[in-house]
Amino acid sequence: MSNIFLFIRRYANLLIFLFLQVLSFYFIVSYSKYHEAAFGNTANKFTGLINKQVNRVEYYFQLKKTNDSLLKANEVLYNKLRSNYNINDSLDKMVIDTMRIDSVLRYKKFNYLNAKVIANSIAAQSNFIVITGTNVHTFKKGMGIIGINNDVVGVITEVNGDYAAVMSLLHKDSKLSGKLLKSGETGTLSWDGKKPNILTLNNIPKSAKISIGDTIITSGFSAIFPKGIMIGRITDIKPETTNNNYRITLKSAANFYNLEYVYAIESADADAVKTILDKAKASVN
Amino acid sequence: MSILVKNILRAVLFLFVQIFILDKIHLHQMVTPYLYFLFILWLPFKMQRTWLMIIAFIYGFILDSFWHNPGFHAAACVLIAYVRPFLVNIFIPQEGADANFEEPSIKSMGGLLPYIIFMGILSFLHNAWLFLLEAWQFGNIWYFLVKTVLSTVISLLLIIITELIFVRKQKFRTNTV
Repeated sequence: MSNIFLFIRRYANLLIFLFLQVLSFYFIVSYSKYHEAAFGNTANKFTGLINKQVNRVEYYFQLKKTNDSLLKANEVLYNKLRSNYNINDSLDKMVIDTMRIDSVLRYKKFNYLNAKVIANSIAAQSNFIVITGTNVHTFKKGMGIIGINNDVVGVITEVNGDYAAVMSLLHKDSKLSGKLLKSGETGTLSWDGKKPNILTLNNIPKSAKISIGDTIITSGFSAIFPKGIMIGRITDIKPETTNNNYRITLKSAANFYNLEYVYAIESADADAVKTILDKAKASVN
Repeated sequence: MSILVKNILRAVLFLFVQIFILDKIHLHQMVTPYLYFLFILWLPFKMQRTWLMIIAFIYGFILDSFWHNPGFHAAACVLIAYVRPFLVNIFIPQEGADANFEEPSIKSMGGLLPYIIFMGILSFLHNAWLFLLEAWQFGNIWYFLVKTVLSTVISLLLIIITELIFVRKQKFRTNTV
């Protein structure tokens, strides 16, 4: 008997070592979802609290990454917008179809591609934005550019490798058609070159019922932008003395001061619309 | 600062660095930087082996609980805590040096080389045991060996950097008290 005690005393450390190792193995082997639930409840409160506190600091270091991922997510979401699809009205005819998952893809008219703004000017008369990104080499002249909040920024005028120049709305030659969301009248959008973020909308007849604060959206006529993208809100309305139109001042929805990310809009119809217009012009001449 | 307070602070600091900094650095899939076990290697000479192992187990277990994966680090920590006194006996320069100094350091181990060998062996044991337990479930032997060697090199580098940044003053304690 005394030999056993002697043995235990002699090898106490080894026995404790073996015991602790076996205990660890037990934890490893017996670890399961059930244990995670049981063990996690007690351990998680402590570790979770610490993790949360540290994450609050860490969050600031990851803002950039978070921003990028949100941008990607937004791109996906924009591509699912209903206004991008030119679907026949289902009331006209009932079609029972074996739906493929992306069976609406062929109706898709607009595709959004993200890009990052690397240069932006607002002070000049002819303001350009330079964008870059992984998709930029696929961009074409004439593609529309919108900001991350789905507001019009400009139109691509030149593409060179991974860079594209965008003529922003703040360009004296920028001519875009804008539409009153409420009443549907369409006018021409221009910039007078004075104040950034303040645009002018012409050719709205005096018969239109408008008021300050009304929303101006894209008309969708030119097939550069989908219909219904926000351009701005009316800040001032003045009747023209020489003709029957209003002179409308509006504040752009896009904030040109702090553009960081933009989306280019790839339009499936743009080429077709352009050729038809060219043909029509040629035949008239 | 008493030895107890100093070591508690060290434990917290090493755990923090390991969990929130080193574990988030993804150098390579073959390299996992481990530094936290330096706490165990720096525990006082005087500490009994039994307590050394129990503390190592608790320490490893706390780290495990952050990964919801109990057992792995605890096992590795217990192993190095068990082996440490043997190595101290081998590497300590002269009889009684472990009584003259408080804890393992370059000075108390009698130079840089014995200290690095001491640290290297324990790092290797820690990483090997840890990765073996993981590989036993997930991987193969070559992966395990390469990962162990590379991670040990990184661990040693981190230990040396820590040693350079945080200079520990080692008072020579006479044993004639």
